[in-house]
This record gives sequence, C-alpha cells and structure tokens, in this order.
Amino acid sequence: MADLKFELVTPDRLVMSDDVYMVVVPGTEGDSGILAGHAPYMTTLRDGDLSVYRSQGAQPEKIAVTGGFAEVSERGLTVLAESAGA
Amino acid sequence: MASLKALKLRIGSVKSTQKITKAMKMVAAAKLRRAQQNAEAGRPYSTRMNGVVSSLASKVARSPQSPKLLAGTGKEDTHLIVVATSDRGLAGAFNSNVVRAARRKADELAAQGKTVFFYIVGRKGRPVIQRFYPKGIIAQYDTSGMKAPTYADAQAIAKDLIDRYTTDGIDVVHLAYANFRSTLVQEPTVDQIIPVAVPAANDAGTGTASLAAVEYEPDEEEILADLLPRNIAIQIYRALLENQAGFYGSQMTAMDNATRNAGDMINRLSIQYNRQRQAAITTELVEIISGAEAL
Repeated sequence: MADLKFELVTPDRLVMSDDVYMVVVPGTEGDSGILAGHAPYMTTLRDGDLSVYRSQGAQPEKIAVTGGFAEVSERGLTVLAESAGA
Repeated sequence: MASLKALKLRIGSVKSTQKITKAMKMVAAAKLRRAQQNAEAGRPYSTRMNGVVSSLASKVARSPQSPKLLAGTGKEDTHLIVVATSDRGLAGAFNSNVVRAARRKADELAAQGKTVFFYIVGRKGRPVIQRFYPKGIIAQYDTSGMKAPTYADAQAIAKDLIDRYTTDGIDVVHLAYANFRSTLVQEPTVDQIIPVAVPAANDAGTGTASLAAVEYEPDEEEILADLLPRNIAIQIYRALLENQAGFYGSQMTAMDNATRNAGDMINRLSIQYNRQRQAAITTELVEIISGAEAL
C-alpha cells in the first residue's frame, strides 16, 4: 500500500513532513487512524498525542499537539496544530 | 571656509557615524536572516489555514445564527484598522509606507462616510496616525518588550480584537502590514480579517469541487466556530512575522545607503581638507621665501 503523505505544521515551523504508514489523530469526537487513501475528511483536534506509525506494526512515535485541526485530502494528511512538542 | 581643525573634527564625526551605520547594517543583516526564516516557516500554516477557512466559509450557509466572525454584523459602518509597524526607526520608509497604506484606506473609508478607528501595534505608527486622526486610536498593543513576535502575542491581539468586535460595535476589521517580498521590496498591504473575506471567484474552481465530498467531524459550523478565531490569530501572527522580516530588510538597506553616503562625504571632506592644508603650506612657504629674499 502506498505510504501516507503526512505533514505536521505549527505557526512557527513545519514540524514533520514525511511518508508514513498510519497516523492516529486525536479528534474532538474521538481518535481516528488515517491510512493512505483515506476519504477526504476534516476534524478539529483536542489536546493529545498524535501517534505516527512509520511502518506497519512499528512502535508509534508520539507527538503531543494542542489545538488545531487535521485535514485529509487526496494530497495526504495535513495536521495544523497550534503547538507541537517533538 | 571652515578651518582645518573644524574640517578634521567633521571628518572624525562622519567616520564614527559611518561605523555605527555599518554595525547596524550588519546586525540587521544577521537578524534579517532569522526573521526571514521565521516568516517563511510561518507561511505554509497561514496559507493552508486561509484556504481551509475560505473554502469552508463559502460552503456554510449564512444565516443570522451563523458566527459573527464569518457573516459580519450586517453593517459596514464602523471600521477598525490594525496598523502593525515596528518599534524602532532607522529603517528607511518602512514604517511610513505601512502607515500611508493604512491612511489611504482610512481616507477612502472616511470619504464613504464610515467611521474609522485604529488599533496600533508597534510604537512607530502612533504619532502619524494621531496627527491625522486625533480621536481615531482606540487601543495600542505594547510590543516594546518583545524581541521577536511570538504566537502568544498574536493570540493576545486577536483576542482583544475579537472582544472589541463583539462588544464595541466594530463592523469590519482590516490589518495593515508590510508583506515581505525580498530584502529590497516590502509591500504595504491592507487585508480584511474580520469578517472573513470569501473569494468569490474560485467557486467554480477545482479546489472547491474536490472539497465538496469532505466529511466533517464535528460539522462545518462547529469547525468554523473553532477555526475563525484561530485564523485571525494566525493572520496577525503572519503579519507580525512579515513585518519583522521586512523591518530588518528595510533597515539593512537604509543602513547600507547611510554607510555609503558617509563614505562619499568622508571622501569629499578629505579632499577639501587636503586642499586647504596644501594651500596653507604654500602660503607659509611663500612667506618664508619672500622673507629670506628681503634680507
């Protein structure tokens, strides 16, 4: 399966821009795992951890984010967060 | 004609001025690189945010219940112009360009019979605005303590603006700042930030068409309500960053010119000084020779 293009952007900088397997996004109405080929989708974020799975079955990389939203389009997943701790 | 001593002093003083302008130029150049990086790092976020907000805004039906930040107050009588300038001068026409752009907008609005108020960010905008619109300034955000604009500053300004918007009967908010194009070019810009300016032209574009099938969670209205205040903070933050970069760019150019002018002046003064010195020596020689001949 093709990799998911994932970008994490804060007002200060582009925190991460990478091809990954799956990202679990802490949405306000529940977490959602985003894989490549996900239907267009948009959700606001609650404060919590993003889990980035670089490959299938790999240990997730946790990134704490506060506020913002996630957008899935044909270009991939873009998370716009107010702040993100690496 | 100035005396030799006076000329020498003058050369000395121009030289020390040149040293200062040269140092300032170098400091500005170093800071510019930083500020430019910051401004460029902030761009993807704000452009994306803007894109999302305007595409959402064009989809959500406007009803009296829809958020004020989106739909406006229904009037366009009272305008607030946020004028973002720097705290310090010595940057060529940077600040006056921003202020002029803001003033032009204000004059235009005033000519249409609207009431215009100003919200000042940065120290340098105040005096000029005060001269032309003595009663127009309703508030000032103090930036004197900060070295580089932070997102927290932008949030504070945005919150203040939104409070004023909701309670003080402001109908439209504009933001005047200088868009950083390059070191030499800063473009004074006036953008409308409240209510959200919806681009009407791209409705038929492919961008909106592909967004049509987007699934929203929670629904559009709630996302918008969350995004709108955030978008304002982002736009302000971007303006502050652009301003900062533009300021240093402008200062660098201005100080470069000043250094060059000082160099020219030193050359001119040195020539004048040397001519006078030679003239003095010649007169002295003539005196000695004619004295010796007389014996």
